Amino acid sequence: MSSAFTGSSRVDVDNSTAQLPRHTYISPAILNLERVYEQNRQLLQKKDGAKVPDPITIPQTKGKPRLLLMGQRRSGKSSISGVVFQKVSPSETLFLESTARIHKNNLSSFMEFQVWDFPGQIDVFDNPNFAFDMDAIFGEIGALIWVIDAQDDYLEAVARLNNTILHLQRSYPHINIEVFIHKVDGLSDDYKLDIQRDVTIRIQDELSDQGVENAPVSFHLTSIYNHSIFEAFSKVIQKLIPRLGQLEAMLTNLCRTCRFEKAYLFDVTTKIYIATDSTPEDMASYEICSDYLDVIIDFTQVYGNWQRSPDWRKHLEQAPWMQPLEDQVACERAESGMVLSDAQRPIMLREVDRFLALVAIMKEGSYEKMPQINMNVDVVVKGLTEFFEITKPKETRTTTETIAGRAAGGWIND
Amino acid sequence: MALAQAQAQAAQLKKVKKQKVLLMGKSGSGKSSMRSIIFSNYLARDTRRLGATIDIDLSHVKFLGNLTLNLWDCGGQEAFMENYLSQQRAHVFSNVGVLIYVFDIESRDVERDLATYVNIISALVQYSREAKVFVLIHKMDLIQSLTREEVFDRRVNIVRRKTAEAVAIVRKQKPEQSPGTPGGAAAAAAAAAAALAASSPSSILDIDIDMQLFATSIWDQSLYKAWASIIHDLVPNLGVIETQLASVGVAIDADEILLFERTSFLVVSKWTSREGDNNPFGDRFERMSSILKSWKHTCSKFTGTPRNAEQFSDLEIKMGTKFSMFVTKFTTNTYILVCMPPGEARFNSAKLNVAAARPWFRFLDGPVIAPSAGAGSSQHLLAHNSAGGAGGVQSEANSRPLNI
Repeated sequence: MSSAFTGSSRVDVDNSTAQLPRHTYISPAILNLERVYEQNRQLLQKKDGAKVPDPITIPQTKGKPRLLLMGQRRSGKSSISGVVFQKVSPSETLFLESTARIHKNNLSSFMEFQVWDFPGQIDVFDNPNFAFDMDAIFGEIGALIWVIDAQDDYLEAVARLNNTILHLQRSYPHINIEVFIHKVDGLSDDYKLDIQRDVTIRIQDELSDQGVENAPVSFHLTSIYNHSIFEAFSKVIQKLIPRLGQLEAMLTNLCRTCRFEKAYLFDVTTKIYIATDSTPEDMASYEICSDYLDVIIDFTQVYGNWQRSPDWRKHLEQAPWMQPLEDQVACERAESGMVLSDAQRPIMLREVDRFLALVAIMKEGSYEKMPQINMNVDVVVKGLTEFFEITKPKETRTTTETIAGRAAGGWIND
Repeated sequence: MALAQAQAQAAQLKKVKKQKVLLMGKSGSGKSSMRSIIFSNYLARDTRRLGATIDIDLSHVKFLGNLTLNLWDCGGQEAFMENYLSQQRAHVFSNVGVLIYVFDIESRDVERDLATYVNIISALVQYSREAKVFVLIHKMDLIQSLTREEVFDRRVNIVRRKTAEAVAIVRKQKPEQSPGTPGGAAAAAAAAAAALAASSPSSILDIDIDMQLFATSIWDQSLYKAWASIIHDLVPNLGVIETQLASVGVAIDADEILLFERTSFLVVSKWTSREGDNNPFGDRFERMSSILKSWKHTCSKFTGTPRNAEQFSDLEIKMGTKFSMFVTKFTTNTYILVCMPPGEARFNSAKLNVAAARPWFRFLDGPVIAPSAGAGSSQHLLAHNSAGGAGGVQSEANSRPLNI
């Protein structure tokens, strides 16, 4: 059994192109890609009616949503990708060198991602030396993340961003554009909001001057020194998850029945939450849940990652227990609980599958009712597993069956 | 009446025993920062706010119930340093239990740092020969991780050589100074040295400094390793704690037990089973300290209570068939971490047994409370432990005399 907490390889840097036969199954990401792909196809159709590609073939080898990190040089793109996806500690990012070429990271998690880190000095749209293949870059993109250094003069960054948005709006109008107003640690709350307002207005004015309305642009205040960068990524990724509503409904239901205050479904590797219940967002509860996850991961790393001797196991299975170790445990996945000194708001955690964990903040007094809560959580975990099962690799299929399989996979019977 | 008298007596005894812990090093090397992190629950990034320490910052740090660290945080600016070495020499360096000397690895003027170090060590040897010396090579995070070990090893060699030099200087000085008539500014110092030499003339020549070196950084767990070793030898009744921890460990079939002090989360004592010894993570103790301490900070942010306050009382982790573990409030001043084999029944009985073992450790909280109270009830509970054999071990532990 591989577990999200004990799995050895956490982040998979792009060195092997084909680890899994990806073309044989559909990930939620591919479902989402079909939409983007359809958009590209129609575009091509307009340009060149004769050479329309087959509407169903998706570029298989690259079938993962892509997060593009762009922005001015020294705005913190590589630091962000390091902190979020490669577990670099924020203070270590000081040693990062300037990025000279596009860095591509593969992230295998509950859904497969590619993170492309662009060098800031290159302008993709206006480069006299080298013409970029726009389709290759933006063709299957999930989201474009534009990083702006809030502690620097950001006028040029905003101008370039505007330029980028206009280009994208013309050819790829469905790309989500996420603006990270970055390095806001150390700035006062008022100042942060001022900057955000200023940037928002500048971009919206420019766009409406150019006649672009309703562009999918959103803004986030971020810093790698606190949880804001993870929260911002959570929002970005949630937009790419198909049928997010279902997940949220499940969690909301769990919260209601177990009287939880807040529940998060975390991606363990990145600490991004991919869903939460419907109660209002609350930074403090996200922070404690994500730190709790960290504590569990750290403990597991130290105590769960080494092989115990056979004697140890034999000793544990003899009298008075007389049971194989597997039967002695109640739950074969990780489970955990924590009580604060004031006995209010205990926290519980349950591992869902290789990549996901459910973390919830409970209400006062519910820790005594853990057995009942555990039963409810069991049910929800089962539901979540089923939800993700639909998109798991289908076993051996011939190529002709693939399309049918994909079509079937496309239907999710709720 | 009798009790009050006993308490007064104990207090007096403690006063005599209270030894100084000197914290020295060049200005800006990070002495006050590390002190604040370990004992005052500062976050590493909060230490930026600290200003320079002026002269000596005295603090009495309560550690466990029965140990008060008399911590002298000595400002490191050169003027102060000269003052310590001349006018205040006897005042600062006498009756020192532990000297913690901090080197800044990024310092530009290494030669000068080492010269000061040699002076400090010779002063220390002069007045408190028994003192232990801990040398912390600090700010290691500023060195790229690949070369850290090499840089540290090189520095260790230099410091060891310099320490030997300092001792040699004192050795040479002693025979000359004691018979002659000392003059000038060093008169007081030399006189004291002479007195010292007169009292134990034979032992001067075999000065052997008990020294340990650590590479530290406030940004990772290395700081906890260094400080855990520093306090380790200062904790009274350490032997008793260790044997009792071992009996608990054997009784509940644990893999590893760590005992933490409540506010600093430094490891006071630990016990590891034979199986647990195979754990490849040699740095796990300080890692646990660091993890739990930062978890405490997170909790304090969440609950809105001050950082020094106690934050969590219980933390349980069951990791399928890999292991189970819990961290729980143990005595008033300690937390206990138990890592044990998986199994629901085993886990629950271990929790009960650890709760039952609390009275054995009650002596950790007060200065003079005999650790036998409540033994009857714990015996009763332990008898239920299906792992067996606990009762015997327990009574044995209780009958052992305690030296306080």
